[in-house]
Amino acid sequence: MSYIAVIDYGMGNLHSITKALQFVGPDVPVQVSAEPEIILNADRVVFPGVGAIRDCMQALRDANLTEVIKTATKNKPFLGICLGMQALLTDNEENEHTVCLDIIPGHVVRFQGGFDSKGQRLKIPHMGWSPVHQKPHPLWADIPQDSRFYFVHSYYAIPDNGSVVAATADYPLPFACALTRDNVFAVQFHPEKSHTAGLQLLKNFLHWDGNT
Amino acid sequence: MRKVFSDMSLAKRIIPCLDVDNGRVVKGVKFVDIRDAGDPVEIARRYNREGADELAFLDITATHHDRDTMVHVVEQVAGEVFIPLTVGGGIRTLADIQRMLKAGADKVSINSAAVFNPEFVREASDRFGASCIVVAIDTKKVSAVGEPDQWEIFTHGGRKATGIDAIEWAARMTEYGAGEILLTSMDRDGTRAGFDLALTRAISEAVPVPVIASGGVGSLQHLADGIVEGKADAVLAASIFHFAEYSIHEAKEFMAAQGIEVRL
Repeated sequence: MSYIAVIDYGMGNLHSITKALQFVGPDVPVQVSAEPEIILNADRVVFPGVGAIRDCMQALRDANLTEVIKTATKNKPFLGICLGMQALLTDNEENEHTVCLDIIPGHVVRFQGGFDSKGQRLKIPHMGWSPVHQKPHPLWADIPQDSRFYFVHSYYAIPDNGSVVAATADYPLPFACALTRDNVFAVQFHPEKSHTAGLQLLKNFLHWDGNT
Repeated sequence: MRKVFSDMSLAKRIIPCLDVDNGRVVKGVKFVDIRDAGDPVEIARRYNREGADELAFLDITATHHDRDTMVHVVEQVAGEVFIPLTVGGGIRTLADIQRMLKAGADKVSINSAAVFNPEFVREASDRFGASCIVVAIDTKKVSAVGEPDQWEIFTHGGRKATGIDAIEWAARMTEYGAGEILLTSMDRDGTRAGFDLALTRAISEAVPVPVIASGGVGSLQHLADGIVEGKADAVLAASIFHFAEYSIHEAKEFMAAQGIEVRL
């Protein structure tokens, strides 16, 4: 029986993503698990996460999941969300430099803050609904260009190779908010909290064969 | 030197707030198209359809039994409404937070527990991440006319003064790890006279995290004023939406016409 695995390594709230997947795909079982076997045998894998990157990487090591995730990203549709996207890069300047999974080469850095032209302070975290500028990819099917998605983050990814960027957003300068490479797709925003646009993206993921 | 950027595309948020007493929304509701006007799940659905950017639930009951009811409400809403949910009221322990997050809340707001034990905010932020932790601040103006503005933190629904300066408190709470501030003017709450804009602006400029303005909304202009003059990142209101005087969508169109970035 085919199923989706949602990787449960103790970082944050898996309830929302699980509910959203069940909402868009009532016929597809969702298994929330930290068991390597369940993750490796799934048809699709979702890698969520909120919190601090150091704790995230430690939790993955404690659960013996780093190699499992590397393997899963090689051969099946794989969706990273928020911290689950950041963890895929090479390293992160949070917590005095944290080494990450290096599945998508690049770095994760903190927003610098500042003021906009009206003198309004640029708040960190970047919290709320920002337009997402899509580049062609099957996961954007039926989602209008520049639809808003819900973000909560203080750090953002700078991939080494610009060709992996699947979308950008502005805060206030453009940053990569979706990355893709082969069967891997990863987003900085929260599709499970992004109303119809987010639900459509999850639905597209359920139907994605992993090709671009 | 100040770094100056061009205008941002991040939308200002409109957050309807549901005051829940033993599983029922208080403050009368007169929607014509919902079956049960006091059912928080029905109202959440309605606001979600109208384009709310987030929902806030405030548990105004005190008993443990009623807390269980609130957990159930959050579970039901989270199963079908896919926008951020904030739950406040009676959050006193890490276990309370865990329970609400597990039920499907994205953020919890901590109010009096932060005043009685500020370290609780630090512990909560370390454990669950700053993005989950909202500190709710209830404040009243204590300066006399002609004096420089000063606001103080109050507890017990505005009855007990604490002697704590509101601006200093907001700054301290963000240092402790609050990811957002929910700012309520007790002078304005329930008056429909508009936000305390000087207060909102003072706090918004003092802290690096987003500020939600609350207390006093009686018209759509008040919402716009909170953003433009109060410099808030989000505006929260209850009664103008509950009484169906305005829909969320109407509020957003009104704000957009004034040049405010909103999610339509």
